[in-house]
Amino acid sequence: MIDPTKTHQVLEYKHGKPLLAVRYATDGKSLFFSAENSPPQRFVPGGEGAEPTVSPLEGGHDSWVKSIAVLPDGRGVVTAGYDGRLVWFDVAGEKPERVRVVQGHEGWVRSVAVSPDGRLLASGGNDACVRLWDTTNGREVGVLSGHASHVYEVAWKPDGSALVSCDLKGVVKEWDASAGMFRRDLVTAEALWKYDTTFRADIGGARSIDFKADGSVLALGGITNVTNAFAGIGKPVIVLVDWEQPAHRSGEPPEANEPAAEGNMPDAPPAANDGVKQLLGKGAGDGVCWGVAWHPEGFWIGQAGGGGGGWLRFFKPDATEDFHAMKLPANGRGMALSPDATQVAVAMANGFLRVYALHG
Amino acid sequence: MANNPACRSAEHGISRRSLLGGLGAGALGMCGGLAATPALADAVKAGNKRVLVVFLHGGVSQLESWDPKPGTDTGGPFRAIPTTVPGTYISELLPHTAKQMHRLSIIRSLDTKNGDHGRGQREMISGRDQPAPLDYPSLGAVVAKTSTPAGFSLPGHILIRGAGTGPGSAAYLGPQFAGVAMNDGKPPEYTARPDGLTGEADRRRAALRSRFNDRFAGRRRTADTDAYTFSYDQALDLLDRREVFDVAKESARDHDRYGAHEFGQHCLLARRLLERGVPFVQVNHSNYDTHFENFDFHIEQLGEFDRPFATLVNDLTERGLLEDTLVCVMSEFGRTPRINDRYGRDHWGTSWSIVMGGAGVQAGGIIGRTNADGTAVEDRAVDHGHVFHTILQAIGVDSLGEFHVAGRDHPIADPAKGPIDELLA
Repeated sequence: MIDPTKTHQVLEYKHGKPLLAVRYATDGKSLFFSAENSPPQRFVPGGEGAEPTVSPLEGGHDSWVKSIAVLPDGRGVVTAGYDGRLVWFDVAGEKPERVRVVQGHEGWVRSVAVSPDGRLLASGGNDACVRLWDTTNGREVGVLSGHASHVYEVAWKPDGSALVSCDLKGVVKEWDASAGMFRRDLVTAEALWKYDTTFRADIGGARSIDFKADGSVLALGGITNVTNAFAGIGKPVIVLVDWEQPAHRSGEPPEANEPAAEGNMPDAPPAANDGVKQLLGKGAGDGVCWGVAWHPEGFWIGQAGGGGGGWLRFFKPDATEDFHAMKLPANGRGMALSPDATQVAVAMANGFLRVYALHG
Repeated sequence: MANNPACRSAEHGISRRSLLGGLGAGALGMCGGLAATPALADAVKAGNKRVLVVFLHGGVSQLESWDPKPGTDTGGPFRAIPTTVPGTYISELLPHTAKQMHRLSIIRSLDTKNGDHGRGQREMISGRDQPAPLDYPSLGAVVAKTSTPAGFSLPGHILIRGAGTGPGSAAYLGPQFAGVAMNDGKPPEYTARPDGLTGEADRRRAALRSRFNDRFAGRRRTADTDAYTFSYDQALDLLDRREVFDVAKESARDHDRYGAHEFGQHCLLARRLLERGVPFVQVNHSNYDTHFENFDFHIEQLGEFDRPFATLVNDLTERGLLEDTLVCVMSEFGRTPRINDRYGRDHWGTSWSIVMGGAGVQAGGIIGRTNADGTAVEDRAVDHGHVFHTILQAIGVDSLGEFHVAGRDHPIADPAKGPIDELLA
């Protein structure tokens, strides 16, 4: 029985190099993780007393991999790198095999996500574009432009009816992926961006993203209340955006291909905080929310890491503070909820993969 | 040369100078108490060479710029790209600068043994170990003192800053060689005629002052009075030359080439000043103190730096100025090879890099070497003292010479150090 207050570690594996991202396989029996200066890895727990099996996904990248997508067919994995590449792997066999390498973006690819039906892969990167790819052959089938800064995260609405993207400045856009068209700007997540006038640089963007299972709420994890961008002095936050909020524009010119639906043009845009709520941990130290997930039992899970250390925090949907928090032994940099929702895996900056059970 | 006994009070000079809003008289050092040794006189004759310092405040990462280590645990996510010098690679964050590297040299073996911002800034800009027993003049002051042509009516030492530290000290050289700041690229303070004072009224006022001066000089002329007179005359000249500081006078095409953002505009302004013979120009770019998300911030900051800097180097070359202009890109220190758990790099003075070019220094070279993961210098360790000597010698100043001030000999640069001869060969 799920009980976040009884969360405890059930597995740890030392990779050695600082981890960056983690994802579960569709069957939940294995995980994929990436690390600094290392090819991504497939990790199969060894079971009672047995050693795990760890296999590299080799030959695709010459930079770090920050995002991993698992195809619903159970055998395909796509890794996204800071080299701008998307690399398809077949992981059905004993040894993962590279299938194809695609130069996806100019500059970093920061996020990839597979549509619920498995047909499309969305990627976002430093070229300020969201790109769509046919998962079966790696061909680009669409370019969604309109962001003015690096695209940090992409995610599909659970019913597949929409694709969303969030950039460095907290601008969240909804796209009709099947038509390759812009739909609307959601309320800008202003809490997720700041221009630090002392250091003269932007800080912000969603560092994690998820939908509530029914698609009614979009969750964006990041850092807010930043007082020193270059030291990461700010609070980890989850910004919840009500999907049914009034549509509005952020002042940018319409895309050339966007539909001219009158409903997209309200007389007056809503206030920036309409339909937006922030979840902050009680007494949370400094850091970034590097992982966010909706749990089907009805709560949000946030994973924070930074100057205040690593944390797992649990939030009820109607509250703004956590009802439970668990200190991690090191900073986490990414989190994944297992398909059966009984565990979360955390990619640790100290080179460990750790798995936590969400029950007694 | 004995000090002029009539010129006793530096404080007096500072006080009077404050009336001019900090503007110095570039040639004041030629008279009064700041006498030159023969060696310095030779150095001054060299003249007509300039120095441009681009100071990347906060400490740029050598691994994300001049000494990339891709494929290592310390190397970070960026790749190395080829440059116009076969075999020389720099970070992929500097694609425009990569095309100018045949005009520049990299010094990859800075070991300044320091991780403190203030100390690092003072050491790099004064060439002296800190803390020091006395205040040493900054590089800009030394260049202004030694390389300002006689009768030059603009300040010899100008800092263009949006942020970062203020103008360098002139210490015992006197306030006329201290840096004049162009904050946010705006003209120095008090270089505009006050509203309500017409040009005609100002001329009459200056004429009256000149009559009084002449009368006073006829009976009690001293080096000081000459200096004050020169200062006022220079300030008046400056009022008429204020357009020198106006980057808007540059062409629309150049504004586009350098970029509309602050650093681009400041680089274009630097070109404008160097073209008009200002001996020392420093441009600050801030900030690189990336303890958190070093890689994201270096994309942002070096993304601003790369194109304007490369454009400036190219323009100086095409306009024939680079052969007489020493260009140096420096910071107060580098950043730790080890990547911390917040994707940051911390302060690191043990093995880092700067870039130098122009004024006849070796182009396309690499001085020194770090080990495979960048944690130590393996060959040709140098520090701020060597850099200081090298810059001065490149512009024809005998850095082994001395200033003679108020009865004391002051070595121009740290006598325990010397230039990086390979660059000067």
